[in-house]
Amino acid sequence: MPQTLLDKIWDAHLVARRADGRDLIYIDRHVLHELHAPHAFKKLAQAERKVRRPDLTFSMQDHTVPTAAGRNDFTNQESTPFLQAMREGSTRNHIRLFDIDDSEQGISHVVAPELGMVLPGATHAVPDSHACTVGGLGALAFGCGTTELEHVLATQVIALKRPKRMRVRLHGRLGPQVAAKDVALCILAQVGISGGRGYAIEYAGTTVRAMPIEERLTLCNLTIEMGARSGFVAPDEATFTWLAGRPFAPQGREWDAALAHWRTLTSDEGAAFDAEVGLDCGDLEPQITWGTDPSQVVAISGRVPEHTAPGQEASFGRALDYMGLTPGSPLVGLTVQRVFIGSCTNARVSDLEAAAQVVRGRHVADGVAALVVPGSSTVKREAEALGLDAVFRAAGFLWGESGCSMCAGGNGDRGKAGERCISTTNRNFENRQGRGVRTHLASPVTAAAAAIAGQIVDVRQFLAGEV
Amino acid sequence: MQPFTTLTGVAMPLLRDDINTDQITPINRTIDPDYAALLFANARRRQDGSLDPDFPLNQPRFAGAGILVTGRNFGCGSSREGAVWGMLAIGIRCIVARSFADIYRENCLQNGLLPIELGPADAAVFEARVLAADGGATFTVDLVKECISGPGGSDIAFSLPAADRLRLIEGLDDIGLTLKHAEDISAWEKRTLVATPWLQTARDARRP
Repeated sequence: MPQTLLDKIWDAHLVARRADGRDLIYIDRHVLHELHAPHAFKKLAQAERKVRRPDLTFSMQDHTVPTAAGRNDFTNQESTPFLQAMREGSTRNHIRLFDIDDSEQGISHVVAPELGMVLPGATHAVPDSHACTVGGLGALAFGCGTTELEHVLATQVIALKRPKRMRVRLHGRLGPQVAAKDVALCILAQVGISGGRGYAIEYAGTTVRAMPIEERLTLCNLTIEMGARSGFVAPDEATFTWLAGRPFAPQGREWDAALAHWRTLTSDEGAAFDAEVGLDCGDLEPQITWGTDPSQVVAISGRVPEHTAPGQEASFGRALDYMGLTPGSPLVGLTVQRVFIGSCTNARVSDLEAAAQVVRGRHVADGVAALVVPGSSTVKREAEALGLDAVFRAAGFLWGESGCSMCAGGNGDRGKAGERCISTTNRNFENRQGRGVRTHLASPVTAAAAAIAGQIVDVRQFLAGEV
Repeated sequence: MQPFTTLTGVAMPLLRDDINTDQITPINRTIDPDYAALLFANARRRQDGSLDPDFPLNQPRFAGAGILVTGRNFGCGSSREGAVWGMLAIGIRCIVARSFADIYRENCLQNGLLPIELGPADAAVFEARVLAADGGATFTVDLVKECISGPGGSDIAFSLPAADRLRLIEGLDDIGLTLKHAEDISAWEKRTLVATPWLQTARDARRP
């Protein structure tokens, strides 16, 4: 019977079915971060349990790391206990740590792909909901909680029910200044923030095939915002080329064997999906969120909706009130006080390059605080080699050390109440980027243009000199 | 894990959809925070920082509530388990929702917190009864019989997948359950090391 890629990966990793009916799925790579791992280390020690496979486990300092130059454990005193507990727990359990001063430190979802820890057809777990990012390489990833993290540490498996299968087919060629972030936001508007619950999502179609790997990582990153734990793109030659030679990827003869296997990792012709979604991306405009959940999206030329679905009036009203918007008003022209370019969604080299193209030779508008935080120390180094830091700095942006930074504000990087912030991140929830901060999610080029213009603009008109 | 059989307590209504974990438990900047104080720390306050008297958690009649009643897609967003620990910290051991986000529901099960999903008709009836009781009477959730009883009408049946129900009733240690399959895990590793060896090794090619 024709099989979906989800089923192929699932069956290959099925260790046993537990007495309670759950499938034990083997985790090939487990990546931890300091916001959640210290609790799990503590509980593991209390139960006198050991980490089963420290050699398949990696630790990252990302959520709480300061982004100031010359940072250390004490730059931000609230972060100190997290950083130290992570170091202590990783050392005690013989787990390789990418520490705050490691030249390859960064956001786990950025570092794991760039070092080749993530492989097509492999399973991956992170105690963070954006684990799904790495599905861009054809891996099946699970974001999990702290107790599940402890479970994976002790057993190297995760106990799950097999998700249902959803395919999102994307067709058409993306226009200028339109990228994976815009596609993902448009899918979110269509599927909603709970439409993916219980599913694993496979992204397919000509638009996806044409996307470079970094764009696929962005696309998969936003899967959890639809409520689906896992999302992925079947690997292809672009994936293999991108992975070849990365330090943790297989090498030599093992690479050849892996490659032959990876070429079989597609959903079979005629495989059945439980749900199908289609989107023509040919005429897609840049997208932006207007509200307080990531499905409240409009095209940049659009307006705040006039109405909402029956029964949703109260939450619609709360979103408008929080965002300081009126129904039917345009997004373009809203004054902006803050711009953040960063996060596991949009802080890879290609994101920074695209934003720098918009910024080059221009200056951030008065009254705007603009920050760029590379997704990893490797990204930062590569961007600096390309001179991108100089472009951003000359324009008046701050250029930070890598980490999660203002995406969730776990390191103290936050905005002020009432500020309107254009952010390349993944969640526009109330108070997430600081109490009272009004977050609009958008792509790196849209964010960059807003920083320069001091207001929300259509980046295409901005570059054409029409703003 | 503390077993769950029955619970009798006040039911606190928070009848909104899509309440996310950033709202439930804002990101903790201390490693061992006061989870009770952190629960809805922003949502329970007005813009000027004062407590919002209209927010149920601030109302004395819901102090010590054991059951939270809420809408669709509860607990979406971040996977942070603090959003479950916060509930337990104030004594909530059961959440009745129209639906749950996947990771949040899993985190509930891992901590002995009973997540009950009711269909739209039952949910509407139960919500009305909870609003009518308004903290003045208790409801009883019986996981053995899978029903909710309380003022304002007859028992409301619910169902939980048998596996999840068993885990909660017995208070089973999830890791313990899995470790019964230690031999299966070892066998899988041995097979995989032969068939697809790159999955069983994560070596840094730059280090000898």
